[in-house]
Amino acid sequence: MPAPIIKVDAISKSFGTFKVLDGLSMQVMPGEKLALIGPSGSGKTTILRILMTLEKIDGGHIQVDGEQLYHMERNGQLLPADERHLARMRQKIGMVFQLFNLFPHKCVMDNVTLAPMLTKGVARAAAEKRAMELLDMVGLADKAKAMPAQLSGGQKQRVAIARALALSPKIMLFDEVTSALDPELVEEVLNVMRKLAAETDMTMLLVTHEMGFAHDFADRVLFFDRGRIVEEGKPDEIFRHPKQERTQSFLKKIIAAGHRV
Amino acid sequence: MTQWSGYLGLILQGALVTIELTLMGSVLALIMAFLAGMGRVSRFFILRAIATTYIEFFRGTSIFVQLFWAYFVLPFAGLSLTPLQAGVLALGLNVGAYAAEVVRGAILSVGREQYEACTALNLGRWQGMRHVILPQALLVMLPTFGNNAIELLKATSVVSLISLADLTFQAQVVRSQTGSTLMPFLSVLIIYFALALIISWGVRTLERRMARGLDGVRV
Ligand SMILES: Nc1ncnc2c1ncn2[C@@H]1O[C@H](COP(=O)(O)OP(=O)(O)OP(=O)(O)O)[C@@H](O)[C@H]1O
Ligand SMILES: [Mg+2]
Repeated sequence: MPAPIIKVDAISKSFGTFKVLDGLSMQVMPGEKLALIGPSGSGKTTILRILMTLEKIDGGHIQVDGEQLYHMERNGQLLPADERHLARMRQKIGMVFQLFNLFPHKCVMDNVTLAPMLTKGVARAAAEKRAMELLDMVGLADKAKAMPAQLSGGQKQRVAIARALALSPKIMLFDEVTSALDPELVEEVLNVMRKLAAETDMTMLLVTHEMGFAHDFADRVLFFDRGRIVEEGKPDEIFRHPKQERTQSFLKKIIAAGHRV
Repeated sequence: MTQWSGYLGLILQGALVTIELTLMGSVLALIMAFLAGMGRVSRFFILRAIATTYIEFFRGTSIFVQLFWAYFVLPFAGLSLTPLQAGVLALGLNVGAYAAEVVRGAILSVGREQYEACTALNLGRWQGMRHVILPQALLVMLPTFGNNAIELLKATSVVSLISLADLTFQAQVVRSQTGSTLMPFLSVLIIYFALALIISWGVRTLERRMARGLDGVRV
């Protein structure tokens, strides 16, 4: 059995007096496709943001790819991570945001090549070649010179995916990447994600309200409620035979709201 | 009538000095604005403190006093400046303090999601600032920078107090030599106004060029 690529150990996180995550633990195996579902405010975004080092944790430990994320081991002691350690750890992780967060002043090509050139010292020619491959993969090879404002939401999100992939992370985090899109644009983004899942061995963590997609895409589903994992299992177990009462009522609500499971 | 052309020549010489002051003062102001504006948002307390002190001090004391210090007091500290140098120093530091707040505000106006995208792409603080935040902030700064430059242009007339022969100074000279008030003051009025128009036009052109593509319409 290989070692987990992500090991979250009893982490807690509060915003002010409000405890968002309370002793959360979870493990993710290399190459695993994980879906995080649960009611609004249950902490799904927060755990992704913590893994991307966009939020600090108040307690607990996280191991990514065999190394502490928020701590450094020095002479057998665990010290808080400094900026250099964090920068090194971030190379392993990429994130795609709900609202794309493209750089509006840069064309599609420059959005994709900026980080590889700056953080990995990749030469422009090589970075652009790789960017074209990625844009081709997400179906946007003809938009390389376009500005973000000229793209539809679905196209923007596909650029954002290509931009994150350009750094070749081992782990990709997707936070409700289709929920800001018009319904007819959702599928083109989901198709890219299916392709990614099929063609790469990247570890993927996906927060979503698209239960149908989560069912097809994920190897394992985690159901979050109030900052804890209430239930986890294979998609069929969670979606067809949920054991916990809270999971059942959440799924019932989702179906009543017209989502397909 | 022919003697007017000689006097007009004097006034145009003054205009050149004013333009020189405005350009050099603006360059210094721009440098100070970025240094202090970015210092204000630094994560280092000491940089924030220095930047804040500079800004508050130069906004809180008048440009006249600053100019007199630059020209009359600095020599006692062993630093003798020509009137032009003193003028550029006082104008640049003074307007730079106002423009620094513009830089700070513009940097803060860039959304948090842009900073987070930088972190997620593992850009360092400075890399993100240089390639992502500042280019977007610049567009926000530009219109106000235009106002600052015009303020600086108008403030250049204070240097006539340290006998630098700028536009205002020459107008006084012509007035006292000819006894005519209307001609010199009308000329300088028109010249100041024309210079201000040129600044506005230049900044607007720059703004249009930089905004190209950002809204998805103009390309
Ligand atoms: N920066 C913040 N400051 C204060 N409270 C926050 C902050 N970020 C998140 N929260 C709160 O933490 C809780 C968990 O937020 P989180 O975004 O992780 O939920 P979520 O499971 O992603 O929900 P959703 O499905 O609505 O996106 C929410 O109650 C939210 O209001
Ligand atoms: Mg969320």
